[in-house]
Amino acid sequence: MPVSRISAAFDKARSDGRSALVSYVMAGDPDLETSYQVLNALVENGADVIELGAPFTDPMADGPSIQRAGQRSLKAGTTLKDVLALAKRFRETNQTTPLILMGYANPVHLMGYEAFAEAAGDAGIDGTIIVDLPPEEDMPLREAYAPHELAVIRLATPTTHEGRMKTVADGASGFLYYVSVTGVTGAKKPVASDIAPGVQMAQRISGLPVCVGFGIKTGEQAREMAAISDGVVVGSAFVDIISEMAQGKSREEIVESVARLTRDLSSGLNRNGGVA
Amino acid sequence: MDLRNTWDKWPDANGRFGEFGGRYVAETLMPLILDLEKEYRAAQKDPEFQAQMDDLWKHYVGRPSPLYFAERLTDHFGGAKIYFKRDELNHTGAHKINNCLGQVLLAMRMGKKRIIAETGAGQHGVATATVCARFGLQCVVFMGATDVERQKPNVFRMRLLGAEIVPVESGTGTLKDAMNEALRDWVTNVDDTFYCIGTAAGPHPYPELVRDFQSIIGREAKEQILEREGRLPDAVMACIGGGSNAIGLFHPFVEDEGVRLIGVEASGHGVETGMHAAALNGGKPGILHGNRTYLLQDDDGQIIDAHSISAGLDYPGIGPEHAFLRDSGRAEYLTCTDDEALEAFQLCTRLEGIIPALEPSHALARIGEVAKEMGSDQIIIMNLCGRGDKDIFSVAGHLGIDM
Repeated sequence: MPVSRISAAFDKARSDGRSALVSYVMAGDPDLETSYQVLNALVENGADVIELGAPFTDPMADGPSIQRAGQRSLKAGTTLKDVLALAKRFRETNQTTPLILMGYANPVHLMGYEAFAEAAGDAGIDGTIIVDLPPEEDMPLREAYAPHELAVIRLATPTTHEGRMKTVADGASGFLYYVSVTGVTGAKKPVASDIAPGVQMAQRISGLPVCVGFGIKTGEQAREMAAISDGVVVGSAFVDIISEMAQGKSREEIVESVARLTRDLSSGLNRNGGVA
Repeated sequence: MDLRNTWDKWPDANGRFGEFGGRYVAETLMPLILDLEKEYRAAQKDPEFQAQMDDLWKHYVGRPSPLYFAERLTDHFGGAKIYFKRDELNHTGAHKINNCLGQVLLAMRMGKKRIIAETGAGQHGVATATVCARFGLQCVVFMGATDVERQKPNVFRMRLLGAEIVPVESGTGTLKDAMNEALRDWVTNVDDTFYCIGTAAGPHPYPELVRDFQSIIGREAKEQILEREGRLPDAVMACIGGGSNAIGLFHPFVEDEGVRLIGVEASGHGVETGMHAAALNGGKPGILHGNRTYLLQDDDGQIIDAHSISAGLDYPGIGPEHAFLRDSGRAEYLTCTDDEALEAFQLCTRLEGIIPALEPSHALARIGEVAKEMGSDQIIIMNLCGRGDKDIFSVAGHLGIDM
């Protein structure tokens, strides 16, 4: 079911003539109830796939926005088990939207790959992106995932040359996450024409849907990226909205702002009607 | 698995020391560390590279460093003969420059013009800034904001040497956060930047190449003790933060089964208090900063901040080869508290006229017990890996003396 839930979501977007909207939020930022309401707002307003961030003390690939979100989440006491429980709660009312857990290796490693795979499968997680488990290191994870049909979603980047892309594609499942810039999340602004060749190579070699992420914040940027990819990942922009709760905005206001941004992003992803 | 007589065969082709090590980095960095490995293999076979290293070691760093018989300390403890390997006499005052020279020469072979480094106490930062000044390279040093405050003399030194210092506010503003920020910079500036890692940790091939560059310590010590005593030592000892000075001393002796390898971790206020930096004695295996090794972490796999009086040992992990040597039983790892290190610092200063850094003071604090267990016909070599000039202000503070 899980891997097929991911392909069904991309198939549906494709048959609608658009790119999929992949949205990222940090679980437990600033608390689990807000995250739960945000997840539902994302889905109701057009998100096709959800990446659920699991907090880690040392997020080496993240820029300041997601670093701070992780710190807020940890300060609230969020654990990996809490993130899985949030996924399970979301699944009670939603059986179709793929849920991808995104995080770093150490908490998963400490829980044990088998135990994690079982718990994630049980929670209705469909796959994971573990930033610091490159193909060279993720074999034990893949073995643990196999019985639960969890997807191992890998990253490709502008430094991934053709030979390397074969390594990245071999054993990847679900979709490929194409990191549009060299850098951390939310920092640089990607340029569609620069990355189009890399995305095409990733599509050709992997045969998987390829989503583009890092630095995409507006409907207009999303539209540009949608023209060259199967999906567009937006993370820091959502995280920035949610961070305003720390400045005193109410949960209702935050959820409404998330809904508005989702609609804005989603409306830009129709390839036929796009500007590109 | 029979590990005997295979100690120096590690790491394997995947960068593993048994179950430890590896390459746990974001995909953006994978092509870079694979390139670095290729370049390092080429350099290892290049006599020019070795000749350049030898020349700089001799005329710029001042190697070989002396092997000194610490006569009064030996008498004081009344056990084994204690020798110091005097790496505190190196240019820049510590062992760090051995490794910086090697990495910067590699960076130049790779055509990189910008060198980044992380630093805790500032010793690795100073050594990197020094070598960059020597070769006219741009140098950016990431340093936790807390450490910038408590290591002002080294911050000024680095600025004099032309380095840019980036205070890191994220996390708790110490060494691990500086390393996170250096990795973020590297991932952003992949084309022109070389990351000069200060200890024998990080993704493969760093633990191997840092060990190899630091092994000059053990190779010299071995030659010198054979000349002085006509035989190998019975034990070699060093302090451990990330563990680069220790692995540099241990590695040339690792095949000599009769030589005990003894590392000393910083246990801060005591391992039982949770305020310490003893990853092997108080941590669990995990994944951080590119390698699988022992880490200070909580039950959810979140990294716990280390604590040590010595900024150079204030790190929640340890090089993967030490994790391997510990689990396989080849090396022993003891601990030393802040207070014990302070006492040893003063003892060595008074008895030998050598002001040691707080880092090797941790090894000094355990050397008496180890020496007493051994007979007076036995020999210990301890790496005095840094000098204490940088620490006099903080030691004065701890002793309640107003300078």
